[in-house]
Amino acid sequence: MKKDVKSIIAKYNKDETRLMDILIDIQDSLGFISPEAIDVISEDLNLSHVDVEQTISFYHFFSMTPLGKYNIYLNNSAVANMMGCAEVAKVFEEEAGSKFGEVSKDGQLGMFYTSCIGMNDQEPAAIINGMVFTRLTKFRAREIISDIKAGKNVEEMYVASYGDGANSNQLIKSVVSNNIRKIGPILSPKAEYGSALKKIIKLSPDEIIDEVKLSNIRGRGGAGFPTGLKWEFCRKAPGDRKYIFCNADEGEPGTFKDRVLLTERPKRLLEGMAIAGYAVGAEEGIIYLRYEYKYLEEYLENVIREAREANFLGKDICKKKGFNFDVRIQFGAGAYVCGEESALIESAEGKRGEPRDRPPFPVEKGYLNKPTIVNNVETLSSVTQIINNGGEWYRSFGTRESTGTKVLSVSGDCLHPGVYEVEWGFSVNDILDLVGTMGDVQAVQVGGPSGRCIAPYDFNRILGYEDLATGGSLIIIGKQRDLLKDIVLNFMDFFVEESCGSCTPCRSLSVIYRDKLKKILKGRGVQKDLDDMYAWRHIMKGNRCGLGQTALNPILTTLRNFPELYEARIQKNKTFDEGFDIHSALKDSFEITGRKSF
Amino acid sequence: MSKPIIATTSLAGCFGCHMSLLDIDERILELAELVEFNKSPINDIKKFTKKCDVGLIEGGVCNSENIHVLKDFRENCKILVSVGECAIMGGLPALRNNIPLRECLEEAYLDGPSVENNEERIIPNDEELPLILDKVYPCHEVVKIDIHLPGCPPSADMIYEALVSLITGKELKVPYEAFKYD
Repeated sequence: MKKDVKSIIAKYNKDETRLMDILIDIQDSLGFISPEAIDVISEDLNLSHVDVEQTISFYHFFSMTPLGKYNIYLNNSAVANMMGCAEVAKVFEEEAGSKFGEVSKDGQLGMFYTSCIGMNDQEPAAIINGMVFTRLTKFRAREIISDIKAGKNVEEMYVASYGDGANSNQLIKSVVSNNIRKIGPILSPKAEYGSALKKIIKLSPDEIIDEVKLSNIRGRGGAGFPTGLKWEFCRKAPGDRKYIFCNADEGEPGTFKDRVLLTERPKRLLEGMAIAGYAVGAEEGIIYLRYEYKYLEEYLENVIREAREANFLGKDICKKKGFNFDVRIQFGAGAYVCGEESALIESAEGKRGEPRDRPPFPVEKGYLNKPTIVNNVETLSSVTQIINNGGEWYRSFGTRESTGTKVLSVSGDCLHPGVYEVEWGFSVNDILDLVGTMGDVQAVQVGGPSGRCIAPYDFNRILGYEDLATGGSLIIIGKQRDLLKDIVLNFMDFFVEESCGSCTPCRSLSVIYRDKLKKILKGRGVQKDLDDMYAWRHIMKGNRCGLGQTALNPILTTLRNFPELYEARIQKNKTFDEGFDIHSALKDSFEITGRKSF
Repeated sequence: MSKPIIATTSLAGCFGCHMSLLDIDERILELAELVEFNKSPINDIKKFTKKCDVGLIEGGVCNSENIHVLKDFRENCKILVSVGECAIMGGLPALRNNIPLRECLEEAYLDGPSVENNEERIIPNDEELPLILDKVYPCHEVVKIDIHLPGCPPSADMIYEALVSLITGKELKVPYEAFKYD
């Protein structure tokens, strides 16, 4: 054991900033990160025990106790539940004879719930020993458990044919489907690999940044910061080394378009990263990839290798003297907040993924305190097409403020969930027409849980940075759903779970609001609860990061757009109800003492 | 006009807030001029003898008796004040909130390093003993609380100022430091 751990640490040159990679490798080879392994890590990296443990405990795919020989991570996000996750989970538990959240007594099987794994268009889905299983049913759950009991390989447990496109590639071999429903310039297979690179080597970095600025493209992760401006800041920032990060953390429940871009157009991304490197003067690029997409690792590593062979990465790219740029993949280990750029950088440095105070911004002091650009997968892929066709061409798509196209992830109660690339300037109704609805639509969640839940009277609003901004996720919610219980409560549980805990408003108010919602759902709410929730919303601006600031949005946006749902559930004859239930508070005591009354 | 009547109690607290009240020193004579005390450990009146204007609550709610006392205070006092950290947030006793009750009791009475002479492994369970709640609750989660006075304990000056303000109807200026937590 000790030898294994030592050789893993040696592989990363005893570099404490590579702690994430070290922990992932140890977890993969030993099945958990044992106290002895922590001893060795802290000794070899010269870190204290708690430094190592605090990183381990932050990420939910790391475990300090042994996991099972087989481990099922079942997604229980809102859409998974809409598609029947609870029934599947019940069958898993019945057949296995153990519960979610624990490892079976014989150590064979661990079952855990996990947040959205980027498969919302093919739920219910689970990751079993690193392989993704989609469209699970009760029948499939029975089969899987019986295969596990028979000791089959995970590969043998696949019964469906592989997914479309590159999902059937020898290096992926996954049942995941792309579900590409509409193609535009970014998803388009046209454009030869390297054509943009061949173009930029004749240009100066400033000319490239001017072209990106001309296109007026804004960050596609959700925040919408102008990309050209970010690059310019980074180019001007003093620093002997600079870094290009591709944010492929895609943790916002309901978003999965980056998975499709990574599967189908990875070269376009690599090209975009190299262009960014040339423009700002960086020689190293890092793709921060969420652990849930580890099944793409071999495939992406191979694409990177091929790019080096084709001289599109590496030294003197396209024979341009001094144009050096290479890329490596950095895995996360399950933490939503790592999608926030400064948290992502912290995580890549081997620490807890807690957002940093700003300023300084990453463009000045980012990864290892060097100027760093963090761009979304879609942003970088779009840049490649902007260079290929020109900023003016890109501006011909979309609206004045929102130029170009947006790759949308659509899921929920619709006929054709999947990925749609559309020109900015569309309304929610346009998308509903495209995806085909089933019955009446009650609400649409725009931009994931941190975005907004809008009602039918807003369906004619135009999506874009002028009005309804979105990182690209749309969840369609049918009339048959209990919006507050099925969706809003699920999203609040998500934020309570995923808050990094740094800032008090995000850490505490998300729990207080969630509990108030539970009280209202129990029928114990009063008008004052609604007034309180409305009045306290401004406190959330005190949070350090954008994700924390939006952590109450599931409640705040439904309180605004669906007040009648709350009002129907509160008590009209009472002005105050603390919601206290003495019987449930004494349940344990009755059990322990055998007494029946108080 | 008759004097306003005050009652006080300590639930799951350490009596520190009551000590802080006594720290108003000679001003207690001025306070005695201003108010009348009813049920309180200070004068050892065990039961409410009349309706009160202000009830000062120290400590959070950890057992069934605390609930009984707190509800009694709510019925008999016009204004209830949560005094100090434990009443407002559960405080130190709430450290047990992440540990299952059975584990807490077993550690205290059966398995703890300081446990002696309990060969029969008995967890005290006399009918006279109140039942322990699953966790320690802040007072406002059990009854309506009108005013929160922060501090651990709130300083004598602040308790005095708060009472005088409440009685005279003046606005209380709470210094920023008193409610700045991190």
